[in-house]
Amino acid sequence: MTDEAAAPSAPSSPVRTAGRWLADHPAAVAGIIAVAMFAAGELLRPGFAGYGQILNVLRVAAFLGIVAAGQTLVILSGGEGVDLSVGKVATLSAIIAARTIDGGNDLMLPGLALALGACALIGLINGLGIAFLRIPPLVMTLGMIAVVQGVILIYTGGQPAGRAAPLMTDLVSGRTVFRIPGILWIWAVVAVGMVVLLRRTAFGWRVHALGTNRLASGLSGINVRRNVVAVYTLSSVLAGLGGFLLLGYTKTVFLNLADGYMLPSVAAVVIGGTTLAGGVGGYPGTVVGAIVLTVLESLLRTMQLDEAARQIVNGIVLILLLSAYGRQARLRQ
Amino acid sequence: MIDRAVRSLTVGMRRGLVPGLTVTTLLLITVAVNALLAPNFFSSYSVISNFSSFVPLVAASIAQTIVVLGGGIDLSLGALITLSSVMSVVLMEGDPGRLPLAVAVAIGVGAAGGLLNGLIVAFLRLQPIVATFAMSFVFAGITLKVLPQPGGQVPAVMTTTYRDSVIGIPVAALVIAGLYGLWWVVKRSTLGRHLYAVGGDERAAYASGVRVNQVRVMSYVLGGTFGGVAALAILANTGSGDPYVGAAVGTALIGGQTTLASIAAVVIGGTALRGGVGGAGGSIGGAVILALVSNIVFFAGISGGYRQLINGAIVIAALALTAVPAFRRSPA
Repeated sequence: MTDEAAAPSAPSSPVRTAGRWLADHPAAVAGIIAVAMFAAGELLRPGFAGYGQILNVLRVAAFLGIVAAGQTLVILSGGEGVDLSVGKVATLSAIIAARTIDGGNDLMLPGLALALGACALIGLINGLGIAFLRIPPLVMTLGMIAVVQGVILIYTGGQPAGRAAPLMTDLVSGRTVFRIPGILWIWAVVAVGMVVLLRRTAFGWRVHALGTNRLASGLSGINVRRNVVAVYTLSSVLAGLGGFLLLGYTKTVFLNLADGYMLPSVAAVVIGGTTLAGGVGGYPGTVVGAIVLTVLESLLRTMQLDEAARQIVNGIVLILLLSAYGRQARLRQ
Repeated sequence: MIDRAVRSLTVGMRRGLVPGLTVTTLLLITVAVNALLAPNFFSSYSVISNFSSFVPLVAASIAQTIVVLGGGIDLSLGALITLSSVMSVVLMEGDPGRLPLAVAVAIGVGAAGGLLNGLIVAFLRLQPIVATFAMSFVFAGITLKVLPQPGGQVPAVMTTTYRDSVIGIPVAALVIAGLYGLWWVVKRSTLGRHLYAVGGDERAAYASGVRVNQVRVMSYVLGGTFGGVAALAILANTGSGDPYVGAAVGTALIGGQTTLASIAAVVIGGTALRGGVGGAGGSIGGAVILALVSNIVFFAGISGGYRQLINGAIVIAALALTAVPAFRRSPA
């Protein structure tokens, strides 16, 4: 995507060239920040950047990364797109799966199908409201949080039941070669799938086109509404997959199991260099963004800050991270 | 004929007239249903307690409107309101003599938090949605430092005055009228006109000599100031401080619910989230509608889970209704 020809012919010192390259590759900046935070953690407490600890951070990041995959699609598709219901949807998925499966290996696939089906339905409603009723995505998905919360309370009667199947726990937490937990392989498959979907399929290019200019893509024959509905449906399904896998990790469910992923999923996408205006970005950046957020959280825990101080530092670091490159163009060019 | 009607409807929509109609209709419906379900709805006690419960969200929705009109959004509003309320209540310690100080602190904290948001959005040039989201953590953390557990005492004079009425008009209703008056002053001022200009098209505003950054910062400062009023109303209504007041359901996200409700009120009130179109009058209506809807669901004796579900569904339905006149326009 670099555009060498258009670059102004400034005196090209290596520093400036590197700076320009970094400005074009926010995911690389985020990656450098993640490495720097591992290094800082290692200085604070030796062992922080050890192999086992890195695997641990990656394992925690995987759930956020998978939930944020759908968020990437939604934000890429533009039109002020954002899906704030992903956290609640992931929770719903885990709750449905836990109750259906209830520890039975043979019920794992039916549980997964049922959970993802319910999530797809919610995403479909989100998409229909946004594409046909023209409700702003931010508000539609916010309103959906209350609806899903209601569904959860009715479905569970306030007491979530059931547990994950042993097979799920093996898939998610079981160690493979080099002690890599299974969830990282699953995340890798999701990541490859997302990159292929966005870069190698017609649907992926339509998502980019929608984000760049909806009117133009509509006039070029793209069925805007149908694709917007598809994007939000996919977002919910991916969030549901994240919730299902999280259940494999925690084994039991709580009423707010995955709610906390709502805003971090947006932050991971933005830190990864996908612009909120849509059209520019991709999933690899989101992967790095999810890792950055998880390392940060882990670093703050290592420093043994209390909950309040952690929140403050978390906010400030987010602002600093974003101001490193997530900045919008100056009005006066 | 129908074509012309549709066109005038869409033109009216853009000028903010038709949303006014939608809000009024929704308002009448919710009031009517409330009156049907609660026979004593118009008793003075019920009217006073209803208006008392409206004020915090009304102030918050005016705050959100100002920020949204200027082309931004404030996801930290709820956390900032909670922060102002706990700072204020900790200073008061139930002492009526400290009331002026506490009021000044609530407003000051709101304005200062808004200033910080505005500077970050205007000068660091971060996208408002993520910048204010990040700031919400900062405000939430400080809130927990100041008051980790619900507590603190508001002087009795504050709560009794708030629930009093003057020649039959509840004080809370007067507060709402006063807030609308303040909004009207803002709207008529130069700053107000610039706010609409920046939210409508910041490049055009810049080219016409509007100090875009200054206006943007001021929109957050004004929003924070109205947020300070919301904080005081929460204190006057509940009588004590609570870091988890208005927190999102099921999560510990401080002020989350307040933020979400303020945005929903703005949208129901017909202010476009892209900025530049709308006004706080509609948002006040939107806030009252939201409060009345949760009344209805409560009165109807619906149990917890269904209450949540119906509440959410009604909000979405109200939003959908607001959007109906735009149906025939270009796709999403």
